[in-house]
Amino acid sequence: MAEPRIDVQVETPDAAPKDEKQHPNTCPACHSHYRNDELEAALWVCAQCGHHFPMRARSRIASLADDGSFAEEAAELRSDDPLDFFDLRPYGERLAEAEVNTGLGEAIVIGRAAVDGAPCELAVMDFAFMGGSMGSAVGEKFARACESAAEHGLPLISVSASGGARMQEGILALMQLPKTIVAVADLHDAGSPYVSVLAHPTTGGVLASFASLGDVLVAEPGALMSFAGPRVVQQTTREKLPDDFGRAEANLRFGHVDAIVPRPELKPYLARLLRLFANGK
Amino acid sequence: MASDAELRLRERLSKLKSINLLGGARLSGELERLQKQLDRITAEPTEDDIWRSVELARHQDRPYTLDYVERLFDDWVELHGDRGRGDDAAIISGLGRFQGRTVVVVGHQKGRDVKERAKRNFGMAYPEGYRKAMRVMKLADRFRFPLLTLVDTPGAYPGVAAEQHGQGGAIAASQATMLRLGIPIVSVVIGEGGSGGAIAIAVGDRVLMSENAIYSVISPEGCAAILWRDASEAKKAAAAFKPDAAHCLELGVIDGIVPEPPGGAHTDHDEAARLLGGAVQEALDELEALPVDELTRRRRARFRALGVFA
Repeated sequence: MAEPRIDVQVETPDAAPKDEKQHPNTCPACHSHYRNDELEAALWVCAQCGHHFPMRARSRIASLADDGSFAEEAAELRSDDPLDFFDLRPYGERLAEAEVNTGLGEAIVIGRAAVDGAPCELAVMDFAFMGGSMGSAVGEKFARACESAAEHGLPLISVSASGGARMQEGILALMQLPKTIVAVADLHDAGSPYVSVLAHPTTGGVLASFASLGDVLVAEPGALMSFAGPRVVQQTTREKLPDDFGRAEANLRFGHVDAIVPRPELKPYLARLLRLFANGK
Repeated sequence: MASDAELRLRERLSKLKSINLLGGARLSGELERLQKQLDRITAEPTEDDIWRSVELARHQDRPYTLDYVERLFDDWVELHGDRGRGDDAAIISGLGRFQGRTVVVVGHQKGRDVKERAKRNFGMAYPEGYRKAMRVMKLADRFRFPLLTLVDTPGAYPGVAAEQHGQGGAIAASQATMLRLGIPIVSVVIGEGGSGGAIAIAVGDRVLMSENAIYSVISPEGCAAILWRDASEAKKAAAAFKPDAAHCLELGVIDGIVPEPPGGAHTDHDEAARLLGGAVQEALDELEALPVDELTRRRRARFRALGVFA
C-alpha cells in the first residue's frame, strides 16, 4: 500500500467541485436560478437563501472600489513555463486558454483603489483562472501589491480564492509561499496594515502563506478554507468529515478568523477597519 | 562539430556556473566526488534518474533526523511540546553541540518500524509540530544560537483535527517566524521535501539538498492523480515536475547539493552524516561571518527573488 500522501496544494486545479449537470447560475443550496445580470446586481449572492456564488475578480473590484478609483498595476505580467511542463496538455496551452476564457492575464489582479474614500491597495484573486492557483506570476503580483502599498503608505486588502499552488510550476510554485510571506513581512515593517479576505475556496499553498497572515482575517459565509481539501482528508484518513469541515463557520468557531462577513456588508466593514487602522490620520 | 547534446550541455554548464554551483557542497577538497557530482548535474537527468531519487528519498533505511543528530551532535537535549496543546513526535527539536558551538535543531522525524511510524505519523506534522518548531526557533533567536532544520516529510498531515487546529495558518506562521530570526539558518532537505509541510521549516539562509532527496510542490502520486487522472502515472508526473536536487539547484531553489555515499545515504549512515556535517559546517562558517542585519536582509531577498515569469 502506498503510504498516506499529502498533496493538498491543488486539489481542484481547474474547477470547483460541482455537479456537472448543474448550471453555474443555479444555486447549489436552494436551486434558484438567475440570469447573469441578476447575480451581478446582487453581488453574486442568492436572493433566496444567501448562498455566495464565486465572484470574478473584476466584479469583486467593482464591488469594493469607489467608482473610477481603481488603477491597475502589473497588468502586463504573465506566467512563464520554466519546466516545459506537459501533462495531458502543455502548460502554455492551459495558460492561453485560461486567458481567453477569463479575459485576465493571471489569477490575481492588483492595483490602487479607494474604499469609501479610504485609499488602499487591492489584490484580488480569480478562481476562474486555473483554479486561482499560485505560480510565479501570482506570487510576484501579490508581492508587488505589498511593495506598492508600502511605498505609498497604504493598507493592503487581499481577496483570495485559490485551490493552492500551481503544480505546473513544480517547486517554484511552492517557493511562492515564502516569497509572498517576505512581502507581507516587508509590508508590516513599513507600518502598513493588511486585511485578508478569504473567499471560497482558499486552500493549500495560499492558505498556508499570505492569506493567513493578515492583521485581520475575514471569511465569506460558507467559504472553504482548509489546508487539505475534504477529498484528500477523506481519502487519506478515512475519517468521517464533519458537515462543515474546513468551512468559514468552523474556522470562526476554532478561532482561525476574526469574522464572517456577508458580501453585501463587506465594503462598509472594510471601510470601517481602514478608518480604525488610519487612527484619525 | 558540436552535437546538439554537447551544445545543450555547455549551455547548461555556463548557466550553472553563473548561479554559484556547489555553493554549500565545497567539501574538504573531495575533488573527485565533486567532479562526479558535476557530471551528474550537467547530464540531463532522465525519467529513470528522477524516479530513482524518488525511491531513494523514501528508502526505509534512509537516515532520518535523529540518525544525523546522533552522529553530529554532542550533549544533545531534546525539547518537547508546543506549550499549548501537545507534543508532536513528527517534528523533533532540541539543542546540541556541533563542532564546538551550541546549535538548535528542528527536523521532521519518520519512524523506522511500524510502531514508531505510527507514533511519528510518518513524519507528517500537525500544527502542534510547527508551533513547537516556532517556540524552539525563538529560543534559538533569544540566545543567538544558529538553527539547523532538517526536512523529511511527505507533507503536513491532512486530517480533520489538523485542520481544526489551524494547519494552514501554522505553516504560514512558521515561515514568517523564520524570516525574522536574527541567527544563521541552514536548512537541508535530507529525504522527502513534501510541499507546505516542508517549506514550513525550510526558510533558511542556505538551503541544501541531499543528492538523492526530492523537493516538490506535490507528491508524484498526487500530481498524477490530478493531472493524469491516474495515480499510477507517478513516474511520468515526477519527470514532468522535476523534484530532484539537480533541477532544484538549476532553478535557484537550493544553494548546494550534499553528496551521499555511493548507492545512497541508506548504505552508510556514518558516511552520510560526515558529508552532511561538512556541508553544514561550511555553510555556518560563511553565515556566522555576516552581521545580523545583512543576514536577514539577504534571507528576505533570496526568497523574494524566487520564481520565473514573463
